[in-house]
Amino acid sequence: MSDTKPQKHLPLEALHEEANARFGTFAGWRMPLTYPAGVMKEHLHTRESAGLFDISHMQLFEVEGSDAGEFLSRACPLDAAALKEGQSKYTVLLNENAGIIDDLIVTRLGENRFMVVANAGNADKDEAHFRAIATEFEVSFTPLERVLLALQGPEAEAVMIAAGLDLSDLTFMTGTEPREGWFAARSGYTGEDGFEVALPLDEAERFARTLLDDERVHWVGLAARDSLRLEAGLCLHGQDLDENTDPASAAILWAVPKALREEGKFIGAQALQKIIADGAVEKRVGLKPEGRQPVRAGALLISDAGETVGRVTSGGFGPSAGHPVAMGYVARSLSEPGTRLFTEVRGNRIALDVHPLPFTPQRYKKG
Amino acid sequence: MSQTYFTEDHEWIKVENGVATVGITDYAQEQLGDLVFVELPETGATLSKGDTAVVVESVKAASDVYAPADGEISEVNDALASDPALINSAPTGDGWLWKMKLSDESQLEGLMDEAAYKASIA
Repeated sequence: MSDTKPQKHLPLEALHEEANARFGTFAGWRMPLTYPAGVMKEHLHTRESAGLFDISHMQLFEVEGSDAGEFLSRACPLDAAALKEGQSKYTVLLNENAGIIDDLIVTRLGENRFMVVANAGNADKDEAHFRAIATEFEVSFTPLERVLLALQGPEAEAVMIAAGLDLSDLTFMTGTEPREGWFAARSGYTGEDGFEVALPLDEAERFARTLLDDERVHWVGLAARDSLRLEAGLCLHGQDLDENTDPASAAILWAVPKALREEGKFIGAQALQKIIADGAVEKRVGLKPEGRQPVRAGALLISDAGETVGRVTSGGFGPSAGHPVAMGYVARSLSEPGTRLFTEVRGNRIALDVHPLPFTPQRYKKG
Repeated sequence: MSQTYFTEDHEWIKVENGVATVGITDYAQEQLGDLVFVELPETGATLSKGDTAVVVESVKAASDVYAPADGEISEVNDALASDPALINSAPTGDGWLWKMKLSDESQLEGLMDEAAYKASIA
């Protein structure tokens, strides 16, 4: 898909070059995968201090207009009108079959204004989908050009204050516009406390350098972002979620309030109701492989009786957990924690146990 | 008198009295990143040139390490089972992978020496 398109470059690419990042392609973008410290140290540093991530490949959309709330409540299983100003919500974009087109964070910025943060790989698809729905509403839907930095870890708040950006009033899943053209939220994808800050391109290098001048802050690449989110039990769209998975099977029904499902205003509501009534066939679970051998995405899960009963969708080594970690989909009857399953890696049979998610405790600053 | 060879796949092979000690180069460990698991062959296994002898796994991915020549595995580095990071910290020392009795040492002819290898990655 991305093979035919030119590779996209981060606005701060020179800064990553300067930090001797190793680059790789992700969702069509040339992204820093690791820095010289390496994935293990970058991962652990985030959990111990503060890791800085350039996630400018993700796409921000501003939604504004008298129908903004109605529009979002049609596009997503979201009660936009019930969101308080500054409140963020994890939600999804569903197709008519309740398949997950993307997962998103929506933040209410004003009476009729919202910010949507979407995944890089789905940004074009999301935009087309949103725009098609927007024709029925009085609403403007605008992609924003911003640098998006995430600062994650227990020192994140103190670092931000030292950098002149006091976000200590924010609690987990709230956001604000601290400066003209800026958007900051207390959120992230590592399981740690932290912030995501979107800011104009011409102010980004200076701000990033200010953060990096703080000895508590190190760059962290996409490789550690992946191991951090996997330990935290968070889904990666395209791997753990896609248009063939629905919120019930994906075990993210908590993001789809029951009242909204019954009301049925959002696209995919009928299909989702039916899936729930019939009982989802599979469920997304955590998986802990026995021993040290990592089990990767694509591995098939086999029951004691030798039947194929599921698949691994994300897998690797958890530097903080100290053992391999994975998640995947299994038949609902085998989704209880402790259930023993098996897989094969290069002809070796490996046992895995269904494990509660997350693998490492989430340390968000709740209100 | 020992001799050390290098392959295009970033392996080093140190040969002494017909026995080759094999590992991956510093460049290779750097490319792979932090290693978390090593799958070693059985002692006594016979391998042909090009066979996968060892699989090293980083946080993100698994990579094969190939037998540079035909031979029989005479020893494997058991320390790697509990400490795969030895390959990162000492790729040409304590992080060696396996030793093999070579069937035909001449199969190594044509491989690079250290100077040629360094030039190839420069």
